[in-house]
Amino acid sequence: MPGPVPDTAPLFAEPSHGTLHLVAYLALAGVVMVADHRGHYLEGVRQAAARLTGPLYSVIGAPARLADAARAAVTDRSELAHENAGMREQLLFAQARLARLSAVQDQNTRLRELLAARTRLGLKAQLAELMEVDLDPFRHRILLDGGAEDGIRSGQAVMDARGVMGQIIEVQPSRSVLILITDPGHAIPVRVVRTGLRTIAYGTGELGTLRLPHIPFSADIRPGDALVSSGLGGNFPAGLPVGLVRQVEPDDSATFVRALATPYAGMARSGEVLVLHDERELLRAPGYPDTPMSGPPEAMPLPAVSADGALEDAAPPVPATAPQ
Amino acid sequence: MSRHRDSRWIYAGSIALALVLSLVPLPVSMGPLKPFWLGIVVIYWALEAPERMGLGRAFLLGIAGDLLTGGLLGEQSLRLVAIAFIVLRLRSRMRFFPMPQQALAVAALLMNDRLLLLMLRAFAGEAHAGWTWWVSPLVGMLAWPWLFLGLDLLRSRLRPREA
Repeated sequence: MPGPVPDTAPLFAEPSHGTLHLVAYLALAGVVMVADHRGHYLEGVRQAAARLTGPLYSVIGAPARLADAARAAVTDRSELAHENAGMREQLLFAQARLARLSAVQDQNTRLRELLAARTRLGLKAQLAELMEVDLDPFRHRILLDGGAEDGIRSGQAVMDARGVMGQIIEVQPSRSVLILITDPGHAIPVRVVRTGLRTIAYGTGELGTLRLPHIPFSADIRPGDALVSSGLGGNFPAGLPVGLVRQVEPDDSATFVRALATPYAGMARSGEVLVLHDERELLRAPGYPDTPMSGPPEAMPLPAVSADGALEDAAPPVPATAPQ
Repeated sequence: MSRHRDSRWIYAGSIALALVLSLVPLPVSMGPLKPFWLGIVVIYWALEAPERMGLGRAFLLGIAGDLLTGGLLGEQSLRLVAIAFIVLRLRSRMRFFPMPQQALAVAALLMNDRLLLLMLRAFAGEAHAGWTWWVSPLVGMLAWPWLFLGLDLLRSRLRPREA
């Protein structure tokens, strides 16, 4: 653009911000939002943009990775030795527990064979790294370093060493977005281990809190109850540890009880997580929508397949069809 | 016209920085403090160089932001268009506000933006996040003078050198 262009305000009539323009742009934004929210028409745009945003995410995550590396480099030797010793101890415990569990698993398969139950579908997991990128502080979504190319699919459950973290909601070629169970838009069907009561745990937007509304007064639930995923809805395999009931109180209408629970998983933004490959996925009806959030879990009457007991012994699987 | 090109670099750089800052991770407890960097940058350029920050640019910038944060496409566009429109309308007055008053005006703009976003999220059926929701405009207000003076300084530095 030749000619001196003043850096500051031009004195001539100001172009293109009349009310008509405003209305047009607002309408356009509205159309785009509806198209994105309702129809998912814009997946192509997102996929194309992912090629550009991917490298940027890596750049943004770099300082945090560098800091980690620097910390590892300067950490005191004795501290490392201490950490090492602690990990050895943990490993020992874990191995002992695994040994016991494999025995239980053997027994379980034998019993199932006796019952002529359909073969239990296994649970495979894959390690993925969380990326240090903050998408939106008011939404609990995390970027995962791994996408469609690594076999990650929308709807897969994600957990850390202690419990369920959330599920995959968006997959790009080499990245994916994980929604935490504490996101205000997330719900996970759960079961109280002690009583078998089934209900739904909603995210609250606070990292340490799940909300279980609308529990009948007659139901038996109290602080200290462990919650596991119930497997209803089909997105989460049954029996994964979810959280611990912290508080039970009557809700505002005083006709139901509301419980608050603390999730087991550390909802941190860094580190590594397990993405579960549920083999049921292959058996899923092709028409089953993959939208992970909302929707009553009962809408999908999947057989309540009890999950791999090997994942956690704190959650003895209580199949819905248990005799006695 | 290298002067022009230089100030174009500042323009592009400030926008790129805003996009990056909006993604940089903060400690979890400080997450809600993060100001709407894109909004602040749009306010600055609409105020100082309106020929560069029309409603169309604001819209495109919003799309870029949405693609980057993986949010609802069009959400930030709508917010930025609203901000740009208000600033462009009140520009002749806001430019001559003393700094504290200008910072307050920015806080009001960002607060309005928060309200707009709350409405949009409510339409999408998301829960309200509580009082922390309203903190970020105040941080934006505190950041405004530094950003304004910094960018002004950068731009005036370039001017005499090229003259």
